[in-house]
Amino acid sequence: MSEMRFNLIIAGVGGQGTLLAGKIIGQAALMASLDVKISEVHGMAQRGGSVITHVRAGQSVHAPLVSPGEADFLLAFEVLEGARSAYFLKPGGLLIVNTDRILPMPVITGSVPYPDDPLHSARSLYQVDEIDAMSAAVLAGNPQAVNMTLLGALSVKLPFSRDIWLGAISLSVPGKTLDTNLKAFDLGVNR
Amino acid sequence: MGKLMLGNEAIARGAWEAGVRVISSYPGTPSTEITEYATVYPEINCEWAPNEKVAAEVAFGASMAGARAMTCMKHVGVNVAADPLFTAAYTGVNAGFVIVCADDPDMHSSQNEQDSRHYARAAHIPMLEPADSEECRAMTALAFSLSETYDTPVFVRITTRIAHARSTAQENPREDIGLRAYEKNPAKYVMMPAMARDRRAAIRTRMTKLSEDTNSFSLNRMEMRDTSIGIITSGVNYHYAKEAFPEASVLKLGLVYPLPMALIRTFSKKVQRLVVVEELSDFVREQIAAAGIAVDVSSPENKLGELSRNRVRTELGSPVNMTPTIDYVTRPPVLCPGCPHRGAFYAIKKLRLNVMGDIGCYTLGALAPTRSIDACLCMGASIGMAFGAEKAQGKAFSRHNIALLGDSTFLHSGITPLLDAVYNGGAITVAILDNRTTGMTGHQENPATGKNIYHEAAPEVDFESLATALGVRHVRTVDPYDLTASVEALREETDRDTVSVIIFKRPCALLHKEKKPPVLINDCRRCGSCMNLGCPALMNTDRGVQVSPGLCVGCGLCQRVCPVGAISSEGDMV
Repeated sequence: MSEMRFNLIIAGVGGQGTLLAGKIIGQAALMASLDVKISEVHGMAQRGGSVITHVRAGQSVHAPLVSPGEADFLLAFEVLEGARSAYFLKPGGLLIVNTDRILPMPVITGSVPYPDDPLHSARSLYQVDEIDAMSAAVLAGNPQAVNMTLLGALSVKLPFSRDIWLGAISLSVPGKTLDTNLKAFDLGVNR
Repeated sequence: MGKLMLGNEAIARGAWEAGVRVISSYPGTPSTEITEYATVYPEINCEWAPNEKVAAEVAFGASMAGARAMTCMKHVGVNVAADPLFTAAYTGVNAGFVIVCADDPDMHSSQNEQDSRHYARAAHIPMLEPADSEECRAMTALAFSLSETYDTPVFVRITTRIAHARSTAQENPREDIGLRAYEKNPAKYVMMPAMARDRRAAIRTRMTKLSEDTNSFSLNRMEMRDTSIGIITSGVNYHYAKEAFPEASVLKLGLVYPLPMALIRTFSKKVQRLVVVEELSDFVREQIAAAGIAVDVSSPENKLGELSRNRVRTELGSPVNMTPTIDYVTRPPVLCPGCPHRGAFYAIKKLRLNVMGDIGCYTLGALAPTRSIDACLCMGASIGMAFGAEKAQGKAFSRHNIALLGDSTFLHSGITPLLDAVYNGGAITVAILDNRTTGMTGHQENPATGKNIYHEAAPEVDFESLATALGVRHVRTVDPYDLTASVEALREETDRDTVSVIIFKRPCALLHKEKKPPVLINDCRRCGSCMNLGCPALMNTDRGVQVSPGLCVGCGLCQRVCPVGAISSEGDMV
């Protein structure tokens, strides 16, 4: 990332707060004077389906979509979703993955098993950083703050100052939840 | 540096800057947020209309009466609004009238993928196509001045990757556009044959002029580089093309109908090979070929779904390996924990009814394990399909077949088919799943919620009286959490040989989060009864069914279906 340019994918389950995470990263990049494009999924998939947000930042960004094999980072809110989207990563790219497992309906009904170790093949191709973000979020005071802990873990890999991150977060979350969110963010930063 | 805006937010901003006073829309992914964002501007009078046809008529009326006005809809909404739009092209406008249509290539949240550019051509309505949020803002504002200059409605067409992409957009002040006077002008606005013939000629004059003028519009621009390949493109595809072939010469179209054919001809002469990069259909390519300009044939395969940088590269002869992957177990969307629709589906399954379905969250009832919906076509079609099936199979068929649709969908397009079934002596049963909101699109108010788009108190339609007024003699309301009453209602109403309406009334679980403690399971006998509910908070394990405490909202449906009383709630133990 010598010339301040990155491609990032956020993968998760509809309702987990992936949209907010994308918005905050985009806002941080904008505050660092980068051009930004984010592509989001709204609508049906937000009802518990697989959702992906693309974030691209650099001096000038054209397409809102990251191409497979070109993501520097994959921020995964759920293990299976991390594995599913790992092909977006470039060789050696960084997968930051929440260790939570949310069972999809075909698994819930018993028709297909949840893979024993969905990240098995990803480990040989990418750097995989597994983080128990749910426990951190609960510790911070709100299980909904998983996205902030994951953001915290990602933040140390991006060349944005702490002020930029704090600024981007306070622009994007309701004032009364700011303390909890920052606590969860710091648990991700300092783990 | 501008502000990071969703394409939809930028369109609302552009409309406000252009002095828009009225926006009337019906929600539909990926267009919904435009009208929601517009509500923050006090100068704009926004509303949710019951459907896109009404929305287009309200916006047209506002334009005719002198206010710049806009209506926003998803691609299939244009089908609903097509009737007024085709004739609005004849009348033209007073103040600017803009229709935003949002296409959904790859059907992220739609029942089909249609290319709205064909509407522009079929209806003789000019169409702009922005490529990012800043263009969304600027072209929306421009659309209003084009509309007034050429006396025509104007389309702004976006796709999902524009509507739901964030990029920077500028913020300009609002133009001081006065309200124009209302003037009677029957020759322009009363479309009956004699006047319409004159207006048809006016369309030709206007489109001929615009077809010439557009050749010098700065929104159609040539970016000359290497001339061995020249790419004509628009919208998000411009960005895919720029990344796929950064050295290629590009003609970026901002106005996609009518095409700047003289400019295209000039561009074609400057390059050795001419290609068009466009999604969904060969809309531009076919017109260029018909004008006698040599242009590459496109791959029919690439007209399915949405494009990407890699697909563009592959199509133009630099193949990229695009295959992911390992096939992981899929994660289809599901009805949420506590969803009131789940109770209705339980009752439907219990009675083994056929279901003519409709558009909304409840369409998910078609998937395993519910598997209770046999058909889904378009907004409100469930009722007509059920009556048609009865006409084909005889009245007895309606004893085990129902129409099922939501509150907002019923008000959108369900009233007239219900009237049809009553008028023509049907025996169908219509189940209205009234969850007090427009759910799938993200909880918009509708005429049955008692609130308007600003969440202020509004008159609330009464489904029972409405159905009664249409001539339905058997109308009842049940709570879908009351499984016994739900089964009973469906059994009794399907048994009748006249039309019945059952309203399953309970608010969406996402709106009313009175979260109760999760249920507890002890001594599960693994019969699977609760698993048939398709609740994401329940899972089958070797040790019997278990509850995910983080997901369970304590609705208690599983408790009610468990035949051995293995499921309890904390309240029971006190």
